[in-house]
Amino acid sequence: MSVRVISDTCTGCETCVPACPFGAIEMRDGKAFITENCTLCGACVEVCEFKAIERTEEAAAPVADLSAYKGVWVFAEQHKGGISSVTLELLGEGRKLADKKKTKLSAVFIGHGINGKAKELIAHGADIVYVADDPALRDFNDDAYAAVLTTLAKLHKPEIILAGATAIGRSFIPKVAANLCTGLTADCTVLDIDPETGHLHQTRPAFGGNIMATIVTPNHRPQMATVRHKVMKKADRDDARKGDIIDVKFTASGDVRTKVLKTVEEVSETVNISEADIIVAGGRGMASQKNFQMLEELAKVLGGAVGATRGAVDEGWVPYSHQVGQTGKTVCPKLYIAAGISGAIQHLAGMQSSDVIIAINKDPDAPIFSVATYGIVGDVNEVLPIMIKKFKEMRG
Amino acid sequence: MNIIVLVKQVPDTSEVKINRETNTLIRDGVPSIINPYDRYAIEEALRLREQHGGKVTAVTMGPPQAADALKEAVSLGVDDVVLLSDRAFAGADTWATSYVLAKGIKKIGDFDLVIAGKQAIDGDTAQVGPETADMLGIPFVAYIRKIEHVDGKKMVAERLMDEGYDVVETSLPALITVVKEINQPRLPSLKGKMKAKGLKVASLTAKDIGAEENQCGLKGSPTKVVRIFPPAPRGQREMLKGPIEEQVGAVARKLKEQSLI
Repeated sequence: MSVRVISDTCTGCETCVPACPFGAIEMRDGKAFITENCTLCGACVEVCEFKAIERTEEAAAPVADLSAYKGVWVFAEQHKGGISSVTLELLGEGRKLADKKKTKLSAVFIGHGINGKAKELIAHGADIVYVADDPALRDFNDDAYAAVLTTLAKLHKPEIILAGATAIGRSFIPKVAANLCTGLTADCTVLDIDPETGHLHQTRPAFGGNIMATIVTPNHRPQMATVRHKVMKKADRDDARKGDIIDVKFTASGDVRTKVLKTVEEVSETVNISEADIIVAGGRGMASQKNFQMLEELAKVLGGAVGATRGAVDEGWVPYSHQVGQTGKTVCPKLYIAAGISGAIQHLAGMQSSDVIIAINKDPDAPIFSVATYGIVGDVNEVLPIMIKKFKEMRG
Repeated sequence: MNIIVLVKQVPDTSEVKINRETNTLIRDGVPSIINPYDRYAIEEALRLREQHGGKVTAVTMGPPQAADALKEAVSLGVDDVVLLSDRAFAGADTWATSYVLAKGIKKIGDFDLVIAGKQAIDGDTAQVGPETADMLGIPFVAYIRKIEHVDGKKMVAERLMDEGYDVVETSLPALITVVKEINQPRLPSLKGKMKAKGLKVASLTAKDIGAEENQCGLKGSPTKVVRIFPPAPRGQREMLKGPIEEQVGAVARKLKEQSLI
C-alpha cells in the first residue's frame, strides 16, 4: 500500500499540506511531495479536489476464516461486585450491534462473589453471560483476567469484543488483543457496522480530539475496541428478559505472575470524575486555593464533582485525581462548568464532548469560549458567588 | 539492573493550534519532542540505575529523525540507544509497533525491566506497552506512580486506578508504564549534552532484528484507518450579554429548561 501524488494532475494548490495530520506533505517544485512521515492514513486523498493523490491497496488475504467468528461480546466490568456503569453502556451499544448483525450478545463477567449479579446483565440485554467467579479473580489482575477472556474467545470465536476504556480495560484488553493476534482500537466514541462489508467501523478521537479517525479490522477476528465512558447510551433494564448463564472455571492460576497486595480507595477523592454527571472545574484563573473552594461549594449545590486543569493541580489546589485533560481524565458529563480556565488544547481534549459547557472567563478571547455552549465574560470572584446563590435558591 | 526505556518522538501538541474555520491542525513549525510521559520513564530508569547499578538503554521505533529523541535521552543520562528504523515500519498500528519493539528488545537481550510512559500524546492509545509485554512473554503492570521495592526477582509498586490505587507485586523481568506522579524529571546535564552532540545513532532494520516484513508497518497492522475527518462542530454557542446577574439568571433558566438543575 502506498500514497502517491500524481504529478501531472497536481495543481500545486497546497490544500493537502495543512490537511495532513502528520505534517508529511511538502511542496517541492510546485507540486505536493509526500515525505517519510507519511503514515498512509489517506486524509490527503479526501481533501484533494483534483484527484491528484491516490492510495493504492494490495488486497491482503484474510488470516483466518472470518465466517467462523460470530456474536458480539462485552467485557462486563465490576467494582467490588457492583456492575460498573460503563458495562451498561457497553450492553446498550452491544445490543444494537448484535441486532444489526442478527447475532447474539454475550457478556464476560469476571470477579469473585458476583454470581448473583449475572442475571442483571441479561436484564440489560445480554443473551449469554459467561461468569468466571473465583477468589483469585477478586482483585483486578492483568494475567488472570486476560487468561479468562483469551481462553473463552479462542473457544467461542466472537466476531466483536468491546470493553470500557477504563483503567482496567485499557490495561488488560491490549494483552488479549496481542494474544489473539488481532487489532484493537482505543477509546472509541462511535461504533457502527459497515452495511456492505459487515466490518465494525470504530471511530475515535486523536490528537487530543482535534481529528476523528474511523478504523476497521478487515482481515482479523475478533474485532476489538475499548469504548469511552459516558458516550454510549445505557441499556434499559427488563427483568423479564431470558438468557443463559454459563459458569467458567478459572484454571490459569499457575500462569499468573502478578498479585495485588492491597487496594486502597482514596477517601478524599471519592468522586470518580469520569462517572460524574455534573463537573465544576477551575483553572489557574481561580488564583488561589481559597477561591477554589467556591467551586467545591458550587459542586455541592449542584450535586456534582470538582474538576481542575493541570495548572490548578500543579498549584496544589486540588489532587491529581481531579485533573481533566490529556494528562488527566477524559470526561463527558451532562454539564461542565469551566471557571477561570483559558482552554488550552490539552484541557479541551479532556472535556469538549460534554453535553453542555458553561465557560466563565474575564478574557472574551479565551479559547474556552470556542467550545462553550454558554459563555459568561466576567471575573470568577464576581460570577461564582452569584451563581452559587442563584442555584441554591432554585434547588430550594 | 539493566533497564530498557521505550520512547516515542511526537509532535508537541501544546504547540499545535487548530484552525477553527477549517477544523484542521496548524502544524507549521511545530517541534518534535520526546513524548512527555516517556520522560518520567527515563527519569525512573535513571533513578533505579543510581540505586542498583546496571545500564539504561533507550529504544524507539521511528523515521531517521527520531534519532533526535534518542540523543535527548542520552543528554539526560541514558547509557545506550537503539533506533529501529526501516521503511517497512511505516504506517504501523499498535500491534505492528509492538511487534517491532518486542523483536528489537529481544535483540538487545539481557534486561530486568522495561519502562514506558502510560501513553503517547499523539495517539493516546496506551496499547503499545501491554501489547509489547505480551509479545515478550513478560508480565505487565500499568499506571505505576511509585516503585516501593525492587530486587533481582521481583518488584512491588503502586498502580493508579480509577478509584484509588493498588499495591502490586510482579515477578521480573516485567514491563511497566508510568504516570506523571512518579517523579520530577531532571534536566539534561552539560556533560550529557556534550555526549549527545557527538553521538552517531546507529539504526537497526527489520532484517537486523529478525522481523518479518509482512508483520511490520502498514502491511502487518490488523487495523486500517479508513477515514480521517474533523470532529462535528459543537452545537449552538452563545455568548451571554448584560450585567453578570442577568447572565447568570439566563444560564440558570436554560439549565432548568434542560432539567440540569
